[in-house]
Amino acid sequence: MNVPSRSQTPLKLMIVDDSNIIRRRIERSQQIDRLEVVGSASNGRQAVELFHRTRPDVVTMDLTMPEMDGIECVQELVAINSKVLILVVSALADKATAVEAIEKGANGFLCKPFTDRQLNDALQELLLDA
Amino acid sequence: MLKEAEIRTFIEGATRYFEVSAQQGASVGSPYLVTDGNPGAYDYTGVIGISGARKGIVYFSAPRGMLTVLLMRMQETDTSDENIKDLVGEVANTISGNARKDFGRNFILSVPTIVGHDMEKVTAPYAKSYVIPINWRTHSAKLVVCLE
Repeated sequence: MNVPSRSQTPLKLMIVDDSNIIRRRIERSQQIDRLEVVGSASNGRQAVELFHRTRPDVVTMDLTMPEMDGIECVQELVAINSKVLILVVSALADKATAVEAIEKGANGFLCKPFTDRQLNDALQELLLDA
Repeated sequence: MLKEAEIRTFIEGATRYFEVSAQQGASVGSPYLVTDGNPGAYDYTGVIGISGARKGIVYFSAPRGMLTVLLMRMQETDTSDENIKDLVGEVANTISGNARKDFGRNFILSVPTIVGHDMEKVTAPYAKSYVIPINWRTHSAKLVVCLE
């Protein structure tokens, strides 16, 4: 799958977080016209299944989750589609974790708690690569 | 035992959570040491197990009224028991996760365990715990740090 480049072509967004509140918050707060939410998952295993079904272009990814954590999930998603854009959204604030996520294939890191503006800025920056 | 700087890390995390998520700051009371293994709890508690370089638990405990208002401040209209539990776990996870900025990646967090309506089930693994009182609007909550 190719991610549409440098256009206003709609992009599919999948939200992965074990908190229902955070999933809804991201869906409600993201104001990027190009992004259309195609699904959300509460753990890494669900996310991989949903990824196969919905083929999202962009993913927001929590790290601390049951079943399969976010780092492992990032690796799985990138193995399925190396072009997917992944924004890690996590409370884990140490640099080593952010570096590891990027090394495994994530494209950005947003630390919780976050404001609506921080979320949208992070997504905008992510889409510069699209 | 915790060093003063380590306690400050948790105070900053709690303060930041309310400033950012609720857009309304909380005031933090003076932390105190509980030595009887019973730091106490409110209606709902999110417990994070800590392993790795440090061992123990961190928990955030709050009354339902506070969590309900916090949900509404976050534009969340569903104030069901399920969402209240989700929130208390997320607060605990966020404050604990932010502490890794200072504690490092070997401060390993479990997913949250939630205790609701049964305060006696909230127990500390060691006799000594630090309690950080959190006051937000008219409500009081506590962050408890119990590390080996």
